[in-house]
Amino acid sequence: MANTLESTPKNTQKSAQVAPQSDAQAKGHIQVRDLTMAYGSFVIQRDLTFDINRGDIFVIMGGSGCGKSTLLKHMLGLIAPSTGDILYNGSSFTGASAGEQEVMRQGWGITYQSGGLFSAMTLAENITLPLQLYTQYSPGEITEIVAYKLALVGLAGYQTYYPSEISGGMQKRAALARAITLEPEILFFDEPSAGLDPISSRLLDELIVQLKESIGATVVMVTHELPSIFAIATNSVYLDNKTRTMIGYGDPAYLRDHSDQPVVRQFLTRSATATTANEDKP
Amino acid sequence: MTKQTPDFQLHEDKQGECSLIFSGDWVQGQNPGDFATLRSELLSGHPTRLTADGSSLGDCDSFLMAFLLQCYNHCLEEGIEFTTRDMPEGVTRLLAVATAVPTHQTPTESRPSLLASLNPLQMLHEASDSLKESLGFIGEVTIALSRMLRGKANTRFSDFRDFCYQAGPDAFAIISLISILVGMILAYLGAVQLQQFGAEIYVADLVVIGTLREMGVLMTAIVMAGRTGAAYAAQLGTMQTNEEIDAITTMGISPIEFLVLPRMLALIVIMPLLTLYADLLGIVGGGIVAGGMGISPIQYVSQSEGALSFTHVGVGLLKSVVFATLIAVAGCRSGINSGRSSAAVGQAATEAVVTAIVYLIVADAAINILFQQVGI
Repeated sequence: MANTLESTPKNTQKSAQVAPQSDAQAKGHIQVRDLTMAYGSFVIQRDLTFDINRGDIFVIMGGSGCGKSTLLKHMLGLIAPSTGDILYNGSSFTGASAGEQEVMRQGWGITYQSGGLFSAMTLAENITLPLQLYTQYSPGEITEIVAYKLALVGLAGYQTYYPSEISGGMQKRAALARAITLEPEILFFDEPSAGLDPISSRLLDELIVQLKESIGATVVMVTHELPSIFAIATNSVYLDNKTRTMIGYGDPAYLRDHSDQPVVRQFLTRSATATTANEDKP
Repeated sequence: MTKQTPDFQLHEDKQGECSLIFSGDWVQGQNPGDFATLRSELLSGHPTRLTADGSSLGDCDSFLMAFLLQCYNHCLEEGIEFTTRDMPEGVTRLLAVATAVPTHQTPTESRPSLLASLNPLQMLHEASDSLKESLGFIGEVTIALSRMLRGKANTRFSDFRDFCYQAGPDAFAIISLISILVGMILAYLGAVQLQQFGAEIYVADLVVIGTLREMGVLMTAIVMAGRTGAAYAAQLGTMQTNEEIDAITTMGISPIEFLVLPRMLALIVIMPLLTLYADLLGIVGGGIVAGGMGISPIQYVSQSEGALSFTHVGVGLLKSVVFATLIAVAGCRSGINSGRSSAAVGQAATEAVVTAIVYLIVADAAINILFQQVGI
């Protein structure tokens, strides 16, 4: 299926993101090839093949329980695929050795569904950890960088707080601060705005776009928040619960209006699937 | 207003078509007919079409709905066409909602029966799986340890220090209590027997050797298994639930180096110290009972000195290091392999304590037999 990003240029920010994709070299930052995910003999999703281009905000969407988060965990290498491969910058991740995978992972920033902040550490320690591991900064410099990263997500002054002492929205933002610490080239988000009120959710979306722009990262996001999807996504894949494979691939706004799959249109227009089917029942 | 008894009647309208006529008040507290009766009537009549008639129905609530849903599902299974007539509008709508999504068929997975779980072969199999997993885990820890010794591991000293504090000074109170009491019990048991030979003075030898070689270290280890081992399992299990372990892994840090090593090393450093402390208090506890039996403190101390040897202390300390490793392995392994729910974390903590105590007793017996053979 064609990637029809041009169909709905929504704002200038977005067209700016679209532009670099014309560059042939920038294509296929992440490539998923014939991926099948299964727990034992139970297939969750099969035959997933799609590309995520450099600079995309790519959304993995689908109904609850269809395997969105599982797909993300496969992309992160936390679960090994049954068959198929995932390539980063053209080189296979699934086939790579543990050492090579570790090197690849250093270019990633990840926030988990529940934040994934280390609950036994303060926010400052959470952000310090990757800096201590992978950079040569002095302790003084690290303190400054931590203050700067927290300020970026609107949490200046919260260095000594533990994750359990701040609200859910703040935890998500703190996790974002940790994810961008090493200025990663790929940012993964698992349901970033789940459980947030509309305003916080909107602010988080804007923050993601701004941070992505400033560090030039590719964003991969699992979400089913429609406002979020239409506001920031440039490309998407829809995983279907029934057929257990992907049935939509492209710009979500285009899929909403033109997808040949009724389920995808229903999902993106938030119309109930059951209504039409119910009318002829008792 | 009195409620009328709910009832239903099956009428055959014409060949193959039945009406199910509901009457009375189908509400909570009433006793409607049994669905099994209707089911057998339907099975014997073989209708092709069933119409639920609500024209003489009184009040109704979820009672009626549950019954109707059973009818619907039965008709679906038997290939009978199911329709409704003169039902209240709410009932029709609710039935439509309830039947919108077909009933999920859980794949018939043979659940192990209670008898099968008591099968000794099965139990042996599970125990060997657990042992294999533990050995694998010890292997991973060894690799991490060698990396740490070469200065390559991501282990934080500050974590180690915190865990030392949690395992050590925090446990003083309970270790003190248990050791004194166990020392007293030992002395009392021995005194009663030795009195028969007029050899009460040897209570001191019994307490000193018993405490140093066996009871001091074993009781400390059991307290630490319940206290620290369970805490490790719960901490790591909660981290698994919160996706913290995922975050650590994807940050390129080995969870073994970062989470397991500091905990294990802290326990290995602290356990011998706690054991020495427990030994001392155990001997004091024995002294208290001996005093009550008419042995003077000076006699007790001088007799104890005679029994005290570095071999006994050494055996106790060696055991304490082995036990500390086993407790940490059991606790950390259960925690890291925990599932992602509150129930799973509880299970991990239970498993940690149970496995640790089994390992402790087995290892203690093995070490004792070994030393007996070698003559230490």
